[in-house]
Amino acid sequence: MEKFDVIVVGAGAAGNAASYTLAKAGLSVLQIERGESPGTKNVQGAILYADALEKIIPDFRASAPLERHVAEQRMWLMDEDQACTGMTYRDARFSQEPYNRYTIIRARFDRWFSDQVRAAGALVVCETTVTELLRDATGKVTGVRTEREHGDIYADCVVLADGANALLGSRAGLRPEIKTADMALAVKEVLFLPKETIDARFNLNGNQGVVIEIAGNITHGMVGTGFLYTNKDSISVGIGCMLSDMKRQTLTPYQLLEGLKRHPTVRPLLDGAEMKEYSAHLIPEGGYKTLPKLYGDGWLIVGDSAGFVNAVHREGSNLAMTTGRMAAESLIALRAAGKPFVAAQLADYKRRLDDSFVMEDLKKYEDVPDFLSAQSHFLNVYPRFLGNAAKEFLTVDGVSKRAKQQKIMAELRSKRSLLGLLGDAYRFWRAFR
Amino acid sequence: MNAVHEFVPPAVNVEEKLFQNRYRVDAGRPHIKVNNPALCLTCALKPCTVCCPAGCWRAEEGGGIDLVVDGCLECGTCRLVCDAGNVDWNYPRGGFGVLFKFG
Repeated sequence: MEKFDVIVVGAGAAGNAASYTLAKAGLSVLQIERGESPGTKNVQGAILYADALEKIIPDFRASAPLERHVAEQRMWLMDEDQACTGMTYRDARFSQEPYNRYTIIRARFDRWFSDQVRAAGALVVCETTVTELLRDATGKVTGVRTEREHGDIYADCVVLADGANALLGSRAGLRPEIKTADMALAVKEVLFLPKETIDARFNLNGNQGVVIEIAGNITHGMVGTGFLYTNKDSISVGIGCMLSDMKRQTLTPYQLLEGLKRHPTVRPLLDGAEMKEYSAHLIPEGGYKTLPKLYGDGWLIVGDSAGFVNAVHREGSNLAMTTGRMAAESLIALRAAGKPFVAAQLADYKRRLDDSFVMEDLKKYEDVPDFLSAQSHFLNVYPRFLGNAAKEFLTVDGVSKRAKQQKIMAELRSKRSLLGLLGDAYRFWRAFR
Repeated sequence: MNAVHEFVPPAVNVEEKLFQNRYRVDAGRPHIKVNNPALCLTCALKPCTVCCPAGCWRAEEGGGIDLVVDGCLECGTCRLVCDAGNVDWNYPRGGFGVLFKFG
């Protein structure tokens, strides 16, 4: 019976980072992926954060399929179907090498990443779904069961990189079941346009790209955000909301997406584009407080499967790569020291995370998910108010500016009492400080 | 401040969207099943019919549920939004199901 040092379940960002790092260090690695090829089951916006990948493959820029570097970031507050109040941040320094962020197309990127994993020496098996974890009498994870005939495979450690649904860990009782209040559903379309058209519409040159993050009443009172990213010759448009909010209302995800695409601010940007794919994915946005136990006898959990997402900063794939890398580095260090892959030793993985930006960032925003679900007017009342205030102030109609100002303040006070406003300011500061 | 304005939810044909996707359907072996169809009759809100991004779950006139998984995007939403835990959800067999071209 063949036995591996490590089995990695899943070929997403986390699984690939772990497999690559382990194989590069000479450990025997079996990586199992359920898709026809790596990437065919994965969905992301997608922004690639160079730093996380650079720490794994320093010269990735030479061969990775990158779409555009992010030269400009816009933040839009949008109502349902009329107004948009926005902010643009463009910095020439974002267009100087080495670029910090890129738009990517995940299916292409993942295929490339997987090629690097294979070249590093890992055995990558696709079209194979892992159905459960194998455990010995003491509960130690000893391998995985796949749906294939004679499909039990053994290893000293299993790295769970099976993605947001985290079925393997939940079914084995290694982590609690996911709650709808901690999970967002995002839907996305990839719309194709000629590169020159995208350049002209978004004010771009060469490989410059734009990231637009969208919040406000466009999510119809639900906690959520939208996005629009420029790829080389396509645009990714998506919207996501917390499942606990979605299940309490009547708009379908595709109606939400259609609403965003038809908004008068977005519609002209997409005019004439050809839609070539519609996708959906869950995003674990519960943050620090919902992180499960991250290791045990014979297992580690990484990436979305553990809930490593910084929803405030729209970061997930970088945390997936970083946690995958750190899990691997822990295993490599333990193997080198001749130590077994048991819980007491694998605690090293958690220590590495605690000492890194991963845990520091997640801890910083640990109160934000609760804050947003309890104070959803931050995503509804204030964005609409800003839009209305701008409209009032920018409409020249013979009404004095002082009268306009009073009207604006009256509207604000009708929505929130003075005490409410002060309380909001305090709660906002508390959650984000 | 503003005249009252009502948002009209757009009519969307989700099948048209799904038509753009690539699938390898595992005919006769649906990866999602309803544990107990009778339980759906007692469910008033049927969140699966609202939340499923592929429109796989449709409310039937008699109060039941019609589930067709061919267009499934494998997100896992239906499993989580069912308060009764009535969804038997598994990933498709390796290689089957949706095959994202872009992701």
